[in-house]
Amino acid sequence: MSISHAPPSSPEPDISAISHSVDAAAAHLDRGFLDLQPVVPVPSRRLRIPRWLRRTTGPILLLALWQLLTSTGVLTADVFASPGRIAQVGWDLVRDGSLPSAMGISLRRVAFGLLFGTAVGTGLALVSGLFRIGEDLVDAPVQMLRTVPFVGLIPLFIIWFGIGEAPKIAIITLGVTFPLYLNVYAGIRGVDSQLIEAGESLGLSRWGLVRHVVLPGALPGALTGLRYSLGIAWLALVFAEQVNADAGIGFLMVQARDFLRTDVIVVCLIVYAFLGLLADFVVRSLERLLLQWRPTFTGR
Amino acid sequence: MATDVHRPVTKSAVHVEGLARAFDGRAVIDGLRLDIAPGEFVALLGRSGCGKSTLLRILAGLDRDIQGTALVPRRRAVAFQAPRLMPWKKVWRNVLLGLPGRPERAVTERVLDEVGLGHRADAWPKTLSGGEAQRASLARALVREPDLLLLDEPFGALDALTRIKAQRLVGEVWQRRGCAVLLVTHDVEEAVLLADRVLVMDAGRIVHEQRVDLDRPRGITDPRFAALRAALLERLGVDAAAEAA
Repeated sequence: MSISHAPPSSPEPDISAISHSVDAAAAHLDRGFLDLQPVVPVPSRRLRIPRWLRRTTGPILLLALWQLLTSTGVLTADVFASPGRIAQVGWDLVRDGSLPSAMGISLRRVAFGLLFGTAVGTGLALVSGLFRIGEDLVDAPVQMLRTVPFVGLIPLFIIWFGIGEAPKIAIITLGVTFPLYLNVYAGIRGVDSQLIEAGESLGLSRWGLVRHVVLPGALPGALTGLRYSLGIAWLALVFAEQVNADAGIGFLMVQARDFLRTDVIVVCLIVYAFLGLLADFVVRSLERLLLQWRPTFTGR
Repeated sequence: MATDVHRPVTKSAVHVEGLARAFDGRAVIDGLRLDIAPGEFVALLGRSGCGKSTLLRILAGLDRDIQGTALVPRRRAVAFQAPRLMPWKKVWRNVLLGLPGRPERAVTERVLDEVGLGHRADAWPKTLSGGEAQRASLARALVREPDLLLLDEPFGALDALTRIKAQRLVGEVWQRRGCAVLLVTHDVEEAVLLADRVLVMDAGRIVHEQRVDLDRPRGITDPRFAALRAALLERLGVDAAAEAA
């Protein structure tokens, strides 16, 4: 909001009598008649509503819409049960212990898949990010494999690993590995070479450069990768649990489908959604903690 | 003081002879010869692209694709045009970065006080002003107690007022510490203000050498100062009379 200048050629000069006699004085006096406009102060905190409340408003509005649709009969109970009904079914599932145990099993699968996927993805990215020889050896195969839809590998994994926990964890691992690899690799290669040079001039060893310059510099990328990976981990979990599962949230859904219990399916979907939200919260907290040094735009 | 024990130990802080560096066959430094005495302040002037920054990078050990002899002290430090602080480390951790052993934070306090930045030790680099960041960068160089301090246009990105303060600071630090300094710059005034000796570089060689025997602190109003400045500007191909008009 800058103070605008007067239009360069106004058709009628405001003080014509003076302007043609002394040009300089006229230009000076003209300033007195500039079309000024006030710079309106904007408080830096416009909304006094706390952040968490603002962030929960969206989901609550969605819930209200859902209630409205079911109570007006647009959505019937066998298509999509009402929020109240879902809450009731959810509570029943919690009370008889089937939901907590299913959640525990699903969470464990995701945790293991994330653990292995993070280790493999980050490890490969370090090898190909830090060393040119590593890039030549690792990058091409990874780029090839990442275009294979990992869900298509489920039958193969069942043949290889049987029908126990192994193929499910393997699918999640596979889904997690590639986004992490890509983002950590890009993060490492995106580190400012001037900073590397500064580190060298300070006498940092090769490992010192990696530890103090390359890895912290790659951290923003790595956390973006982690975010993607978490999203894919839940997706992979859904696929993995709907094939040959005998426990877990996916199994609960398959069972509910066989008994035409849409309400149980919706409960399971909501559980997935909340787990995803929780994962996002964890990454957000990590970012706030680890990236506080970043001089980037944080939104208005 | 030389790094290579097999060579005769010279009395110089820097000894360069027959130095050559080419980029893709194009010689940037060509048969360069340079000696800097311990504790001497040398300013290196030259048009952009004359190879002065390349020379500094070679002396810093950042560019080793060279031919010829280049002897430098083991303890040397660089301050670049951009401060190049690690944005993910607080100021005091930036200062400690790369020091051998397990240095304590207390080490940084003295040097940060020396550059007038003691109160910002706990700040993130993003919160520093341009001048403060440059002083932090200088502190990071000084904490290594260098025998040779290499300054690559360290005042180039500062505003005029901050630049005057920073130049004064560098002069004070040099007088207190007595290390040899090589200041690469394109500001003739700055060179005459600070240096014992001003070198002019062109086409990969040092083509002119000018001692500056003015008493310190030097004033730019001194007629001898103006004369030196004009002579050097002329060397650089700028007509001083036309420039003054």
